[in-house]
Amino acid sequence: MEGSLLILVVPILQAAVRSGTPILFVCIGEIYAERSGILNVGLEGLMLVGAIAGFTAGFSAGNPVVGVFAAAIAGALFSLIHAYVTITLRADQIVSGLTLTILGTGISGFFGKPMIGQVGPGFDQIAIPGLSKIPVLGQVLFQQDAMVYLSFVLVPIAWWVMYKTHLGLSIRSVGENPATADSLGVSVTKVRYGCVLFGGAMAGLGGAYLSLAYTTMWIEQMSGGRGWITLALVIFAAWNPARAMLGAYLFGGADALQLRIQAVGIEIPTYFLMMLPYVLTIGILVLASRASLRRRIGAPAALALPYAREER
Amino acid sequence: MVGGNKIAVALSGITKRFPGVIANDQVDLELLEGEIHTLLGENGAGKSTLMNVLTGIYRPDAGTISIWGKAVQLENPKDAIEQGIGMVHQSFKLVPTHTVTENIVLGLGRGLAPVKIEEAQTKVAELSAQYGVKVDPAAYVWQLSIGEQQRVEILKILFRGAKILLLDEPTAVLTPQEADELFVTLRSMRAKGHSIVFISHKLDEVMAISDRVTVLRGGKNVGTVLVKDTNPQSLSNLMVGREIKFATFPRKEALGDPVLEVEGVHALNSRGLPALRDITFSVAAGEILGFAGVAGNGQQELAEVITGLLEPTAGSVRVNGVDMTRESARRFIDAGVSYVPADRHGVATVADMSLSHNFVLRRYREPKFAKGPFLNFAAAVGYARRLIKEFNISTPSHATPIRSLSGGNLQKVILAREMTTRHRLLVVMSATRGLDVGATEFVRETLNEHRHKGRAIVLISEDLEELLSLTNRIAVLFHGEIMGILDADKAEIASLGLMMAGQAQAEVA
Ligand SMILES: Nc1ncnc2c1ncn2[C@@H]1O[C@H](COP(=O)(O)OP(=O)(O)OP(=O)(O)O)[C@@H](O)[C@H]1O
Ligand SMILES: [Mg+2]
Repeated sequence: MEGSLLILVVPILQAAVRSGTPILFVCIGEIYAERSGILNVGLEGLMLVGAIAGFTAGFSAGNPVVGVFAAAIAGALFSLIHAYVTITLRADQIVSGLTLTILGTGISGFFGKPMIGQVGPGFDQIAIPGLSKIPVLGQVLFQQDAMVYLSFVLVPIAWWVMYKTHLGLSIRSVGENPATADSLGVSVTKVRYGCVLFGGAMAGLGGAYLSLAYTTMWIEQMSGGRGWITLALVIFAAWNPARAMLGAYLFGGADALQLRIQAVGIEIPTYFLMMLPYVLTIGILVLASRASLRRRIGAPAALALPYAREER
Repeated sequence: MVGGNKIAVALSGITKRFPGVIANDQVDLELLEGEIHTLLGENGAGKSTLMNVLTGIYRPDAGTISIWGKAVQLENPKDAIEQGIGMVHQSFKLVPTHTVTENIVLGLGRGLAPVKIEEAQTKVAELSAQYGVKVDPAAYVWQLSIGEQQRVEILKILFRGAKILLLDEPTAVLTPQEADELFVTLRSMRAKGHSIVFISHKLDEVMAISDRVTVLRGGKNVGTVLVKDTNPQSLSNLMVGREIKFATFPRKEALGDPVLEVEGVHALNSRGLPALRDITFSVAAGEILGFAGVAGNGQQELAEVITGLLEPTAGSVRVNGVDMTRESARRFIDAGVSYVPADRHGVATVADMSLSHNFVLRRYREPKFAKGPFLNFAAAVGYARRLIKEFNISTPSHATPIRSLSGGNLQKVILAREMTTRHRLLVVMSATRGLDVGATEFVRETLNEHRHKGRAIVLISEDLEELLSLTNRIAVLFHGEIMGILDADKAEIASLGLMMAGQAQAEVA
């Protein structure tokens, strides 16, 4: 009896990890950007740019690894617009981010036209010798593709850098109180540029996961709202890369479950099922904001506020 | 000469302009090795600006800076830090969500170098002991009192090995005891060869701590004098450019009906912890009731309860005999309650709005300032011009956004607004904190005038001298409780001090 339940649950968990991975990449990047005080609501656009750049490069080179690098570079370059507009010109971050989404959707659609219907190279599942034999966990975590493993490595590094290094301390300080960081010789501009570009690169990776691993093709607007969901996830994660992992898999789980239920053919209208991840997002937001109020963990104090040294 | 003869800092011809103001006008200043040099000047005279030039935060429009005899360019704060310059800013530069040690080591390492917290904590503890600056290196800054936060700022500078220390109104936020401790620290730093610029509006402090005093007026250096050759009166004359009279304030003999009656009030603070316990008092028309106490003993919550911003969990608040316990702040305003909060930026003003808009914030519904549903701009501007003149606020114009005002001028704006609204009860927190001598006298006189016009005033202050000279009675708050209410005529600083430390009135007397 127990065994048969596992047969049902394990594939869902495995799918949850797969489906959570793209958001995880994006989330780590956005956590860095927001920790430095820059809100980037253009994640949806960045993901699409990453997805098409990754797919095109991977397809042309016949190698998905080339695609991954291309996606990260494309994401970083595209987010440079946001960095310039919000940090150097000190314009409104929401407006700039929205512009990025619209622009990214358009650009990816344009460059994606010739790619529609093509099947590109993708990342295959690799079972890690030894580890993949662990019951349940082995199949869930260690029979995945290379990008999932990349995310396993990135999360602890991102956490360590954020909380244990001088760079991380500078980033967190710039986002909390830029004038303070500045007065101690930390370059607010450099830190913020760095974080926004890193955020762009990670969003690019998230997009590339969709077109090189999750599927191996380009579909218009294939990010499907994941960029928006990530914004909520950052809050759920309390701007902590380690908690982002948990949140991403939770969302991935809702997504996977929804697909399974549809496939099994249970009599629930598909629209309700498709709502599941988004309902979860709202639920998470409600919970997170209540809990954070109690525990005094909140958004970085200078989030979305431009900084100029000589201004009071 | 004082201290060593070496010149630590020489500023010459420093000029700094902001839109519509010349904050520093050709300022020369010399700071010697091992001296405490006070910068004195009215609000808006350009003291903070000059110090910010020296820390690389502001780039001067003209002038040269030399450190230890060598001409330097301070392009950014990093250059200044490298020259051994450190500053405690008028509004602290700390990250509240970080620990003391994290705040101290910020900016001291690059890139992926790990932060060695334990090592730093040991060094912080050593410095603490060496200079007598007590603070828990592992505590979060938001948990610290203002006085402790200031010690973190000082440690931050010492940790960087700075030889030149700039302290911008460090005592404005301290209790008398904390200020004395700070002076001990400053003297020990001077003895160790540090050069210190000290800014304060309190002349007795200036006389006590400094070797030399430089006076700024309207952005210009109007003179540097040795402290032993001067006195408070001549300093203030030099500062203001005219004679200042220090008045005494006679109390009113016959008091009117009670305006504010508070009975058995309990309240929670913003973190949900008990902040006020069983508070009972009343203030009559024509009376100033003072509240003494170390910051953080319930003053904030008390002010909020009697202005309708915080609802008590028990007890009652009556204004003019009407029960207002559950009423909104708006109803308190309508009942004639005015409020000058301690948090000038957050609660009291809208930083990006102009002076004239901030002045009418609370009165825009009055027919005088309204044209139907619209604001009567001409009336608002006229009113603003009048207040700017009357309260001697230094600002380029009535259209300047509030955030560019100097600390003291911001305080004047709020006082001007609240004191000119028609009110029966005025609640004032730290009325004269950060105000120059002239402005302080002006505010005290105005408060006294209001008392004699029959208004009731609650004055919450950490300045005991001010309470003693101005109030009728003084209540002492400790841990959210009233330790006793004394007649100001009979109260003494020593016994008030003991009550502020938690002894009940009966034990002290
Ligand atoms: N960043 C800024 N932007 C615009 N104006 C400024 C700025 N900083 C200072 N000023 C203006 O320069 C003048 C001098 O201000 P400063 O803060 O140096 O005065 P201060 O002597 O320190 O006064 P206080 O005793 O009130 O602190 C003021 O008129 C102020 O409005
Ligand atoms: Mg100042």
